[in-house]
Amino acid sequence: MQIAHDILLRSYRSMRTIRDFEERLHVEFATGDIPGFVHLYCGEEASGVGVCAHLTDTDTIASTHRGHGHCIAKGVGVDGMMAEIYGRKTGVCHGKGGSMHIADLSLGMLGANGIVGGGPPLICGAALSHKVLKDGGVAVAFYGDGASNEGTTLESLNLAMVWKLPAVFVCEDNGYGEATGAAYACAGTQKARAAGFGMPYLECDGTDFFAVYEAAGQAIAHARAGNGPVMLHVHLARWYGHFEGDAMTYRANGEVAEQRARHDCLKNFRQSVTETSLLEPTALDDIDASVKDEIEAAVKAAKNAPLPEPADLEADVYVSY
Amino acid sequence: MTDLITPITMPKFGLAMTEGKIAGWNIPSGTHVDAGQEIADIETTKITNGYESPASGTLRRQIATEGETLPVGALLGVLAEPAVSDADIDAFIARFQADFSSGGAATTQTDQAEPTLVSLGELTLRVQDAGQGTGTPIVFIHGFGGDLSNWMLNQNTLSTGRRTVAFDLPGHGGSSKNVGDGKPATFAATAAALLDKLDISRAHVVAHSLGGAIALELAKTFPQKVASLSLIAPAGLGQGINMDFIEGFISADRRKTLEPVLDYLVHDKTLISRKMIEDIIRFKRLDGAVKGLQTIAQSCFPNGRQADDLRPVLASFAGPAQVIWGADDEILSPDDAKGLPETIKVLILPAAGHMPQLEKAADVNAALTKFID
Amino acid sequence: MSKKSFRQAINEALRQEMLRDPRVVLIGEDIAGGQGGTSGVVDAWGGVLGVTKGLYTEFGPDRVFDTPISEASYIGAAVGAAATGLRPVAELMFVDFVGCCLDQIMNQAAKFRYMFGGKARTPLVIRAMYGAGFNAAAQHSQALYPLFTHIPGLKVVIPSSPYEAKGLLIEAIRDDDPVIFLENKVMYDDEEEVPDEPYAIPFGEANLTREGDDVTIVAFGRMVNFANEAADRLEKDGISCTVVDPRTTSPLDSATILECVEDTGRLVIVDESSPRCNMATDVAALVAEDAFDALKAPIRRVGPPHTPVPFATVLEKLYLPDAARIESAVRSVMAYKKTKQEA
Repeated sequence: MQIAHDILLRSYRSMRTIRDFEERLHVEFATGDIPGFVHLYCGEEASGVGVCAHLTDTDTIASTHRGHGHCIAKGVGVDGMMAEIYGRKTGVCHGKGGSMHIADLSLGMLGANGIVGGGPPLICGAALSHKVLKDGGVAVAFYGDGASNEGTTLESLNLAMVWKLPAVFVCEDNGYGEATGAAYACAGTQKARAAGFGMPYLECDGTDFFAVYEAAGQAIAHARAGNGPVMLHVHLARWYGHFEGDAMTYRANGEVAEQRARHDCLKNFRQSVTETSLLEPTALDDIDASVKDEIEAAVKAAKNAPLPEPADLEADVYVSY
Repeated sequence: MTDLITPITMPKFGLAMTEGKIAGWNIPSGTHVDAGQEIADIETTKITNGYESPASGTLRRQIATEGETLPVGALLGVLAEPAVSDADIDAFIARFQADFSSGGAATTQTDQAEPTLVSLGELTLRVQDAGQGTGTPIVFIHGFGGDLSNWMLNQNTLSTGRRTVAFDLPGHGGSSKNVGDGKPATFAATAAALLDKLDISRAHVVAHSLGGAIALELAKTFPQKVASLSLIAPAGLGQGINMDFIEGFISADRRKTLEPVLDYLVHDKTLISRKMIEDIIRFKRLDGAVKGLQTIAQSCFPNGRQADDLRPVLASFAGPAQVIWGADDEILSPDDAKGLPETIKVLILPAAGHMPQLEKAADVNAALTKFID
Repeated sequence: MSKKSFRQAINEALRQEMLRDPRVVLIGEDIAGGQGGTSGVVDAWGGVLGVTKGLYTEFGPDRVFDTPISEASYIGAAVGAAATGLRPVAELMFVDFVGCCLDQIMNQAAKFRYMFGGKARTPLVIRAMYGAGFNAAAQHSQALYPLFTHIPGLKVVIPSSPYEAKGLLIEAIRDDDPVIFLENKVMYDDEEEVPDEPYAIPFGEANLTREGDDVTIVAFGRMVNFANEAADRLEKDGISCTVVDPRTTSPLDSATILECVEDTGRLVIVDESSPRCNMATDVAALVAEDAFDALKAPIRRVGPPHTPVPFATVLEKLYLPDAARIESAVRSVMAYKKTKQEA
């Protein structure tokens, strides 16, 4: 499969940004400077980036509580995100949403979502907007294996088929809904669930950018062409706990180490593109260095940014009241 | 003895009135009243008005209680001489009520003409067409923010032996909200087109306030259509205008803010009924209504002054013309009636504000009847 | 201007706004009705009580969307569509069904604007039937407006007549925030004069349907009619009441309520919803806090008992407030003054 040079560079940069952003949060959270809780996307970068590589600002995505990666992949700036996570006025939501509610509707990013299963119904609506407004857009719901058991998700799969919506349901299956394994919580298979609604189904290795890119490309093209929704089942693993501070006592020793060693999407991407001479290693090194600086600057700026003011408390509940 | 008993029934003020409320009795039961004496205040959907006794006699019974709302034609009270026995009065009341409930009310309902919608190109106008006969028709033109109900106490009375037409100007009442450039000349062209559409080649024009300026523009451009001009507190004869009224009328969207603005309209502030205020608020909520009023105000009263000087039009009008004004008008000054040519009759009514046709309906109707006949 | 029923007024508001703005779409269960049936008849129902009848026929399948019986998905879809450029009017049929989709309303639509730092607009209307009096029993009869009023980010409208319904629904559709619009199912055939033209009644402005000197009655939705009836009866006995129809419970026109209580010194609140934490308690708290000195008698609340809505007619009648109960509450606050003076 041929992938344009600039898409490869952009995707690598996006994955690297997510990785460094999350790794840095892991460190900073431990210092106690970050309020609330954060859910890290480390290890899952290729999924969000491989899907969003096919989207433009016209297209819409809905994310989950583990949303930083989707935001970055859809183009939300790390400065605003970092400031938001630090609860600063300069944050993308002015410090009023935090990690779980980062959104930028101007980029078609309908928000991370604190409610498991919150996104799929919203994406039916976004897809309806694309269909009625005839803007050619596609709407993509990212949801986890945990959310795949929510009634909202199952109802949305049905509604999307009934309305033949330009929607893609990306099930990011990292094997755990919080601390409970998908092996316990998910009856049957995602494939059979899609089949139950008569919905086309694709699956791929979510730690392999190229696999995600290809499968997502097919799914999105199908939806964009007006053929109705598709389920894309992405198999992956998360490298950290459900939230920061989760000791992951439910996972076997060595499970994460194995993932990091053998299924690191960044390492595998680098190996693949340099072996096939698609990209020069120096180009990737340059991106690594540049992203490192960018994250450093974002953290520094966030720590120094102003806090929300008392007047912000009651602002923006309504457009008018 | 029933011929000595006079029923007092709910009057019909204006064509659209179907019911009224007894705002208050002015005299107690058992008192003698003269014909024409105001015996009760009747509150209609538009305005509160004094009700004049149809005959002389003793008010033997007050059937309707204060605050009660009754259909037109319903029995309010009974007049009779003291000689008539209570039993006869009871029998009269029983018979009246039986007749009324078995169809009297329905009859009064059906004989009133509802306003109709008339299409003029892209405009739709709400028109109250009444009366018939050989007399030259009358057309009524209301003012800024008004509607055809401004003539509710006049049109009926003047509809004997002739056709009368009242209508809502564009941007007002039930007519289209498109006011064009909002200028009197434009409304005059619309009025002329309406007369053509209704096959009225020539009419007496009775016009109020801004409608006066429109009537003058009509007389200027279509003199053959205007048999006479009766201008009530007209615009176009001076420069001054109470902009607190104009601006307040446009901006007020609640009863509390609108009521003091409407108080400018009348000498007797109690005439502004709750329902009248509510009706105006309801009108102003209609899509485009406020925008239309703004356009008219900007065209007609830029910089807080009247834009058009139509004195020369009135001075050179060939037909008969009269001007009627309330002495206490707080919106357009009756001083504007000074210095007109002597051929123009000027009537200044004491204890009346900007709407003498409502506040002093009997005087205005008398003046109109005399002038037009 | 012509006489229109509550049902016709709502239908006309929807139709006129759909004509005005192509982004206005209708979403709901059976709002056309009949799709997938064997007769081939669509627009068979126009909603379970016929409120949207004819709109599918006029506007077609790109504007009027029948849904599966799947409240979470289609209410959520309406929220998502509102956040991405449409102005949906979703019909939730019976407000009791909010149990199946509260997350989409409470956690999504209501919170977007605040959570996203003022960047979201969610111009959504959710219409639903509420209220007892239809023998519809406990799961189809509730008056859940306090539930929505409690949630910041939502606006809540309870029209009390056909005129009010049309103007308030048009305002709701033009509003850029999520609006819950509650229609009392017993009132669909009520008729009054309603202008043919579109008009909007602003939110947060109470309507005084009666004005008097002795007692202020604050009533919500259908209860406004009962309050008017009670006020008219009391007037004959020389007790004059102000009846306040707040129109919207969020925003609430506190200023007008307080002014009326300042004028009359007595307050009766009529609320069809369950009595714990309802609008009556909210208004009572408001007046107790900000108009305490004006009160000549204790505040009285007229409402149902704290039970589910019963089915049997005899019980449902006992359950619902009516004009007689309002009248006796007014008389009791009037009597209170007398005993105080005598003492």
